[in-house]
Amino acid sequence: MTRSDPVPTPTSSTPPGLLTRLLRAREAGLVGLLLLVTLGTAAINPLFLGVGSVRDLFLNVAIIALLVVGETTVLLMKHVDLSISSVVGLSAFLSGSLFIAHPGMPIPLALLFGLALGAALGSVNGLLVAYGKVPALVATLGTLYVFRGVTYAVVHGGQIYASKLPAAFLTFGTGSTLGIPNLVLLVVLIMLGFGAYLGSWRGGREYYALGSNAEAAVLAGISVTRRTMTGFVLSGAIAGLAGVLYLARFGTVDATAGTGLELQVIAAAVVGGVSINGGVGTLLGAGIGALLLGVMGSALVTLRAPGFYQQAIQGALLLGAISVDMLVSRRAAKHLQAAPERDGRTK
Amino acid sequence: MTSAQPNGASVHQPDLIHAQPLLTLSGASKAFGPVQALKDVSLELYPGEAHALLGENGAGKSTFVKILAGVHRRDSGTLVMGGQEQPRTMDFHSPADARDAGIAIIYQEPTLFPDLSVAENVLMGRQPRGALGRIDVKAMRARVSGLLTELGVPLDPARPVRGLSIADQQLVEIAKALSLDARVLIMDEPTAALTLQETERLFRVVRSLRSRGAAVLFITHRLEEVFSECQRVTIMRDGTWVSSGPIADYHTDLVVRQMVGRDLGDLYPRGEATVGEVALSVRGLSQPGVFRDISFEVRRGEIVGLAGLVGAGRSEVARAIFGVDPRVAGEVRVGGHVLPAGNPRAVMAAGLGLVPEDRRAQGLVMDMSIERNANLAILNRLTSGLLMNRGAEAQNAQQWTSKLQLKAHRLTDPASSLSGGNQQKVVLAKWLATNPSVLIVDEPTRGIDVGAKAEVHRTLAELAAGGLAVLMISSDLPEVLGMADRILVMREGALVGELSRAQGSEEAVMYLATGQRPGAVDGAA
Repeated sequence: MTRSDPVPTPTSSTPPGLLTRLLRAREAGLVGLLLLVTLGTAAINPLFLGVGSVRDLFLNVAIIALLVVGETTVLLMKHVDLSISSVVGLSAFLSGSLFIAHPGMPIPLALLFGLALGAALGSVNGLLVAYGKVPALVATLGTLYVFRGVTYAVVHGGQIYASKLPAAFLTFGTGSTLGIPNLVLLVVLIMLGFGAYLGSWRGGREYYALGSNAEAAVLAGISVTRRTMTGFVLSGAIAGLAGVLYLARFGTVDATAGTGLELQVIAAAVVGGVSINGGVGTLLGAGIGALLLGVMGSALVTLRAPGFYQQAIQGALLLGAISVDMLVSRRAAKHLQAAPERDGRTK
Repeated sequence: MTSAQPNGASVHQPDLIHAQPLLTLSGASKAFGPVQALKDVSLELYPGEAHALLGENGAGKSTFVKILAGVHRRDSGTLVMGGQEQPRTMDFHSPADARDAGIAIIYQEPTLFPDLSVAENVLMGRQPRGALGRIDVKAMRARVSGLLTELGVPLDPARPVRGLSIADQQLVEIAKALSLDARVLIMDEPTAALTLQETERLFRVVRSLRSRGAAVLFITHRLEEVFSECQRVTIMRDGTWVSSGPIADYHTDLVVRQMVGRDLGDLYPRGEATVGEVALSVRGLSQPGVFRDISFEVRRGEIVGLAGLVGAGRSEVARAIFGVDPRVAGEVRVGGHVLPAGNPRAVMAAGLGLVPEDRRAQGLVMDMSIERNANLAILNRLTSGLLMNRGAEAQNAQQWTSKLQLKAHRLTDPASSLSGGNQQKVVLAKWLATNPSVLIVDEPTRGIDVGAKAEVHRTLAELAAGGLAVLMISSDLPEVLGMADRILVMREGALVGELSRAQGSEEAVMYLATGQRPGAVDGAA
């Protein structure tokens, strides 16, 4: 149809979207909390901000933060990937075995191996969820055990020792470039790239669309099955890469490597504002969430809190984050419903 | 009752006879397994027309629309899309194909992404891109802002869709259709959930789309809208085509007869009421900010209509009487006994039933069986010891559903398997089982087709004749005028008038409900 004869109408101003503002507020709040915990702990024990401990902190957070990238992608689709910790374990052990068999293997090849292995494992999740229509919680809970079981079978009671790994690889894991640890640099680059993709590319926005309303996504011409599959393959590939980095960081790896990481990763994403109901959240927020949990953990160590408090406090933080989420979204819903009257839209 | 006055046709009517049809679907059939949902149905849509597709629930309208939407594939028949271009035969394999061919569907409940912005909802998958394929957010918002301005709706393209009213969400869908250059718009019961003002705004947008040469296919149960907004009509029944033609050749009775395929008898079967003693008495009921000083009586054998605009506080009064909402002042008596506030259980025991406005959300447990739903209000009567008495359950459900002529495959099927009209009968059955002396029905026939509507009316009339006092809240004016012995009218939380059956007319009710002369409603509302 032709578009002549526009209907005259009052022009509306376009302030930044309310949701954007709320999310920004969310991220600002997290940063504030982060500063509070950091400065508070440093006031009690100045060593907390020492070069060595900050470096350790970032290295500890790096692997969680990397896993958060894949998990966020899956959470945005209103799914969940519980199997990542087992993928980390299998990838760490197999890439270690590979290094022992071929000590001269270039490091990029090892990283590629981790990515490929993870993608293959992730595609199992993808097939189950996207094509088999198995709920993600069940499918990835299953593969969490299956992949871990495979790891036990392959490891067969053995262990990878740092002393048997090539020196170049261990240097990569502990070394720095321009004063920033290599692992941290790599993870930050991946987060920035993925963050931009999810926020500003059509493909990335489809993850949001899918999680927000799957039916509407179909009507908008999005291939839901393919997008879901891709999301799980990505999450797996990133977990596979994280496995190789895990090996580079710790050197010594057995069949239990990475156990329990999945819950920390999901907690970090949720604390960072990624909704378990899909469609809401940013990688920036999720990354800050990971950092906050890491800082909390190491602050509690610095303050000599008994180990079991750490878990309890992490849990409390998670509950706090979810409560704040619900409160904010309820407020937002009220605010948004009240909005039309204010804008003079009801005529 | 509405007569065939095509006053909307005067807005802008291109010459339908000499134009090329935009869309021609001929001889379409579709079977789902052994069920023939559609048999040899044909339809032509011309540029600039609003075309009504009418039929009872189950007549095959939805299947028909889904074929045009690319959701279902037809088993036979041809689809030709034309207009200015050379007519082309089409075959849709997916919703995307239909979209690309210029067909846009606006469903009753819009399917949007609540977490994403209005702009992104309109342009999902087609966002304008800058360098390296990055989405150009500014260009995207500017584009959508332009579309919304064209539609005359000042929505902020950057705001999330969550929190928008259904009416605004439909306009976002229409903006999407505009952005796709859709030439054929299919609207599936778009006005069912809208207020009067929102409906009027939607029709303004539709008229402006038509004046640009788009064709609009309307599916609605509101015949008044058909006669005021549409130029042509197609009627379907039992999956087959019945008739098509200009609206001037039709009148309400003819349309109804063709839809139902039999003489309905009277749509409003109401004889002279024999009125007994006062059954429900409401004195000075108030709830600040919602309604104030509401007083009225309903007698045995009487149907009292409660009319008014949506938002006038009618449903809130009903909920306060029933005790689910609080009331600050006032007294409610049933059969002379004062009812406690805020205690629905006591209200039910006193003999009052409430058939709520939204039967899907408030009236039924959709996943539960018909039988269980019908027994919900009398569970304590059906228990023996600690357990439910299955035999009594089945017997009670059987008794009431057969009395109301419920059409169901099995009583153990979930309530969601029933059509809207039959669902409403289950809700009625549930309350009738409590043997009430007063029944409040809120929008009893909203969204149900004309055949089922007549049956619900007949049931209510019979119940009243049997001595039940009925308070009927309805936004359907012909229904209120046809069924009620007296009409109470509310405006902005106050009872502003009472009309006898003889005094009742659409003008009189609207005058009280809006406080305006009928002609001035549109501009001032």
